[in-house]
Amino acid sequence: MAIQIQEVSIPQVNLEEDLQSQIEAVSANGTPVKITGGNTKSFYGHVVNALEINVSGHSGIIDYDPAELVITLRAGCKLKDVELLLAEKGQMLGFEPPCFGEEATIGGIVASGLTGPRRAFSGAIRDFILGVKLLNGRGEIVNFGGRVIKNVAGFDVSRLMVGALGTLGILLEVSIRVIPKFEAETTLSFEHADAQTHIDWINQKRRFPYPISASVWYQGRTKIRLSGSQQGLYSACEDLGGDNKIDNDDTWSKLKEQTHPFFGPVKSLARVSVPSVEVNFLPAEPQLIEWGGAQRWIETPQENLGQLRQQVESHRGTVCAYQGYDGHAEIFHRPTDGILALHRNLKSSFDPAGIFNPGRMYAGL
Amino acid sequence: MITSTRQQLAGLFRTFLEYESVVDQSTSLAAYECDGLSAYRQTPLMVVLPKTIEEVQKIVIICADRNIPIVSRGAGTSLSGGALPHAEGIVLSLSKMNRILNIDDNAQSITVEPGIRNLAVSEAVKHLGLYYAPDPSSQIACSIGGNVAENAGGVHCLKYGLTLHNVLSVTIVTASGELLVLDQQSLQSQGYDLLALVIGSEGMLGIVVEVILKLLPIPQCARVILAVFDDVEKAGNSVASIISGGIIPAGIEMMDNPAIRAAESFVNAGYPIDSAAILICELDGTEAEVESQISKVDRILKDSGAIDTRLAKDDAERHLFWSGRKAAFPAVGRLSPDYYCIDGTIPRKALGAVLTEINRLSEEYELRIANVFHAGDGNLHPLILYDANDEGAFAKTEALGSRILQLCIHHGGTITGEHGVGVEKLGEMCVQFSDIERHQFHAIRSAFDPTNIMNPGKAIPTLARCAEFNAMHVHNGELPHPELDRF
Repeated sequence: MAIQIQEVSIPQVNLEEDLQSQIEAVSANGTPVKITGGNTKSFYGHVVNALEINVSGHSGIIDYDPAELVITLRAGCKLKDVELLLAEKGQMLGFEPPCFGEEATIGGIVASGLTGPRRAFSGAIRDFILGVKLLNGRGEIVNFGGRVIKNVAGFDVSRLMVGALGTLGILLEVSIRVIPKFEAETTLSFEHADAQTHIDWINQKRRFPYPISASVWYQGRTKIRLSGSQQGLYSACEDLGGDNKIDNDDTWSKLKEQTHPFFGPVKSLARVSVPSVEVNFLPAEPQLIEWGGAQRWIETPQENLGQLRQQVESHRGTVCAYQGYDGHAEIFHRPTDGILALHRNLKSSFDPAGIFNPGRMYAGL
Repeated sequence: MITSTRQQLAGLFRTFLEYESVVDQSTSLAAYECDGLSAYRQTPLMVVLPKTIEEVQKIVIICADRNIPIVSRGAGTSLSGGALPHAEGIVLSLSKMNRILNIDDNAQSITVEPGIRNLAVSEAVKHLGLYYAPDPSSQIACSIGGNVAENAGGVHCLKYGLTLHNVLSVTIVTASGELLVLDQQSLQSQGYDLLALVIGSEGMLGIVVEVILKLLPIPQCARVILAVFDDVEKAGNSVASIISGGIIPAGIEMMDNPAIRAAESFVNAGYPIDSAAILICELDGTEAEVESQISKVDRILKDSGAIDTRLAKDDAERHLFWSGRKAAFPAVGRLSPDYYCIDGTIPRKALGAVLTEINRLSEEYELRIANVFHAGDGNLHPLILYDANDEGAFAKTEALGSRILQLCIHHGGTITGEHGVGVEKLGEMCVQFSDIERHQFHAIRSAFDPTNIMNPGKAIPTLARCAEFNAMHVHNGELPHPELDRF
């Protein structure tokens, strides 16, 4: 029986003028707004109590020519639809963004800046974004960057939007570089009793041009994913060995979507970000390690957060109180005063009245 | 007035800098009056050459107190006048801060001072089997600090990325003398991505004083195919077919007939001088990956209409194939007393239309043009041939360059792919960006430098400058001030 391939249909709805007039109205009287898309990442950042402006209806493909390796989309496009569309053309988003739900939008992906298991090996959203169309705090529509891979005209405002959590403006459109899908993928598994062995091993393997595209260590076991040509994978598997070779391992999608058992809903989880080669300085805590050692998920109670932050700072890293903490915990790691002052200056340059997502990232921003 | 300011300031700087690290004699200042874009020249008030971060901070604080502009300078290879001095300002040369501070073999990173040359980084880590990927054509001379300021690319950036993708951390001294570390070694930025904002900011947001670069393992093998075409558009389309076929070459370069002829007579690389275009396509990776890709690419090139393809049989021939491309600029330089390099980027699909129009403009302006093209990422480098001794020739050349850049904007591209705006493309910035967008750029700059002392007058044009430019040019097919009657 032939398999029916369903054409992806992405609704074409332009709400630009409507969104603009909403912002013009609120910016005049300084009413704070909470920008939302598919509401799948609302947990990421502090709660914003403000008038909701939802962008998810602003949807559609502006431009996509697979040979250019670039797609331009309205921010309300659903991530799952975009991924299907790209897959039809043998392409994909290189940064493996998490959905956390059917409704996740492209705008939300850019604003949250969250990246999946591929991060350490092929980059984050900031490495792929090429341009944005933005609605600023004065209700003006502005374009930065473009639809070409190389572009150094003007400051790099598009990348500044990645991870800004909507505090600088409403994303209307984004242009993203896409990459060809890999010919083949497979997973190798290795026994590494402790985290330090894993950290040493993965960093050592990365010294060679193996096509590693993801890594994880959990409960005494390392898994790596290889992505590339059939021949390339074959010779890498021969070389690397491992005690098990698994095709179609769902570990990676579970890590991406955080449905892996380690991300159980009742746990208080801190996301520790450090240079990948940092030693395992928390040997006693239950942890899961991704990104070649750079992303370490630690189960830690709220009362220990402050101490953890101090400890992590001495290892050149930061801590995000990611999941399971109450409203009093500071979610993101506070930068130095000098950097925070720049945040305030930049915020007011885009959003002078401070209307967009106030306090979502840092108090007073 | 300038003499007394100069003496006073030199005295102040010499309280903590060595005598010869303060250059204030006009004969010595001449060496700093231009960068790689030598048509623009300006003698600075003085030049200082600090050796430490603390010295940079002291210099900046002295200048900030007196509102004296600071132009930071690496190796001075900018092709857009990014390091052109300011008449009332100092040039802060980072050439004495050129040390390697740390090589972390395990983390595959290197910590360097900004004045180190790009190629010196790869040379320093070669024994570890590592290299630094971005390779602008000036890599033998250009500095890492300058690469950060311009977000430099190179022939391998389609696969390995720009400077932005290969920098883990930058330390800057801001306009107030404050030291800020913008670090992403942990791969997860929290807060705004200030590192990305500073890369490519043309020295206007701070002075780069330390950089941590990502190093990559040297690929096991690299092979090069040279493909010959009787039609430029076919060559352009073959690039699209390779990429949409799922292959990202390490580099893919194109040259048109005038560029081929110039290069061939210069280096004898064996290029076919009667062909309309050649493509040089390099594939790298493990032996297994490259073997599987080479046969695919060869097939795609032939299917796309290549009249001949040649696979370099060994490393010597690979270098020979590249030699003509790498020598394209000096080779074109032999055809004419002077040449002017343009740096626009276009979507690849527009290549045929853009080259046709460039040829038409070449006839209109009666100036010859040779085209070299980073074909993989749509970055065009038309080289306009002219003779600076002819009266008005440079002005005419600049006008032609400006037309080409506006053509790039018209086709959905941009006025600079890798050389930066500097002083050269201020006018075209008025076409690519609206008043509101440029206002936002100025506001970002003020967020870092409220008194406007860091490289003032570069990269972002003022409203007045754009009013002047637009008075002379047509914007997107519309005349300026459409509300006015025209006679």
